[in-house]
Amino acid sequence: MTALLEVEDLRVSYGKIEAVKGISFTVEAGQVVTLIGTNGAGKTTTLRTLSGLLRPTHGRVVFDGQPIEKVPAHKIVALGLAHSPEGRHIFPRLTIEENLKLGAYLRKDADGIAKDIQRAYDLFPILGERRKQAAGTLSGGEQQMLAMGRALMSQPKLLMLDEPSMGLSPIMMQKIMQTIVELKASGTTILLVEQNAQAALSLADQGHVMEIGNIVLSGTGRDLLHDESVRKAYLGED
Amino acid sequence: MNTLPQQLANGLFLGSMYGLIAIGYTMVYGIVQLINFAHGEIFMTGGFGALTVYLALPSGTSMWVALPLMLIGGTLVAVLIATGAERFAYRPLRNAPRLAPLITAIGLSLALQEAVRNWYPQATSARVFPQINAGPWNIGSVNISSGDVFVIIAAPICMAALASFVRATRTGRAMQATAQDPDTAQLMGIDTNRVIVIAFAIGGLFAAVASLAYGLRYGQVKYDMGFQAGLKAFTAAVLGGIGNIYGAMLGGLVLGVAEALATAYIANIPGMGQFGGQGWASVWAFILLILVLLLRPQGLLGERVADRA
Repeated sequence: MTALLEVEDLRVSYGKIEAVKGISFTVEAGQVVTLIGTNGAGKTTTLRTLSGLLRPTHGRVVFDGQPIEKVPAHKIVALGLAHSPEGRHIFPRLTIEENLKLGAYLRKDADGIAKDIQRAYDLFPILGERRKQAAGTLSGGEQQMLAMGRALMSQPKLLMLDEPSMGLSPIMMQKIMQTIVELKASGTTILLVEQNAQAALSLADQGHVMEIGNIVLSGTGRDLLHDESVRKAYLGED
Repeated sequence: MNTLPQQLANGLFLGSMYGLIAIGYTMVYGIVQLINFAHGEIFMTGGFGALTVYLALPSGTSMWVALPLMLIGGTLVAVLIATGAERFAYRPLRNAPRLAPLITAIGLSLALQEAVRNWYPQATSARVFPQINAGPWNIGSVNISSGDVFVIIAAPICMAALASFVRATRTGRAMQATAQDPDTAQLMGIDTNRVIVIAFAIGGLFAAVASLAYGLRYGQVKYDMGFQAGLKAFTAAVLGGIGNIYGAMLGGLVLGVAEALATAYIANIPGMGQFGGQGWASVWAFILLILVLLLRPQGLLGERVADRA
């Protein structure tokens, strides 16, 4: 079986600086795959390239059987690849409900959209309670919920989450990670970028460790979680 | 007639026209953070587009028939030039340093003026613009001409239509999303290039309506009419809070009324005799702008937001 997402020798540069230096990995349907690594490892650059916001200088990206490395961002969403960006990037002056509706911008099925908005409110009840409120008034954790709910509104085949736990309180972080577990259980395919390696690896099927633009180590989530070098570098153990 | 109600009416007329033009500045700035300094000239070409349609009609055509056709003609020309400028002058510079599109805008503005002056028949001086053969009417002490009536009806209709378009349609929401966060808007599946073209087109449409108002009021159009009007409308957009469509209209009205009142009344203040009259109108308008920028830099309705660029 061919993978849902195949990345082959991907290189991305900002001017003369190469941020991603030829990485390859795949995501199978139904899997949770995580990219971990420190700041500046190239994780966010990788996701922004996959969703079309950046153009690779080299390499291939095949999503659902179709090469997408030259497709503009707004058309990649239509193929079923959703991206919840780092820093959440909700639309602050629109209401929560308007944000969710924008997640379904390309869909025409009003009934299905209404049902999925309800599903987002079931997943995150706080969003339902504040549906008419400007999204900018939400707390960081609530904004993260909204960003994830919004990305799900496009009914993606693959959901990319960039640093969903960034800047959140431990309780809120647990809630977000719990939600990812639930999404995984319901069959959603997820590509997760995280600095919180412990949390990410414990729920991922596959993990890749990135360092300054390269993948330096790959394995199952469990293997990486028990790998000595990973434990030293990313899990804060001596 | 120099009564207060008359001056307020003059101010509302001027202000509505400024507001209509200001919409073009503010929408484009709100979405691409570009001050389109050629927008005054887009307004001017709208006036010549309308005049061209009028001249093509058989003589003796009623203004009630001619006016809608002139509006369509003016709109076509202004929208075409506005969207053409976006596509061929500004889009290639989307990621260039900010100074590049700004200089391009100034160059485009001169190019459009010169093109009309040189190529439009007898356009080196002002060309006579047709009038609606009705009125003027007296309401109490206020004298209203047919040209005033046009803009006083057209401006609120345009504004209401724009407000509901932005609030209630799918494209309107895409516009708000693009203004707030263009990258993330693309992640929603929004074609932001299309949204930008629509913003320029709406600016062109409103400028064309304003140019008709100008022609009907002053009885002429001229290749350089966009300079002053554009500068005032830009002032109105900043005054109201650039990026905010309600601010543009409010800024226009405040500016228009302030200008009319200053023209009529400053001279009555003891010792200020020489500062009244039409010649000083622009000075007072820009003093108002400076005061607002000092006391409320985000403009009347603007939000204090960090610069994204």
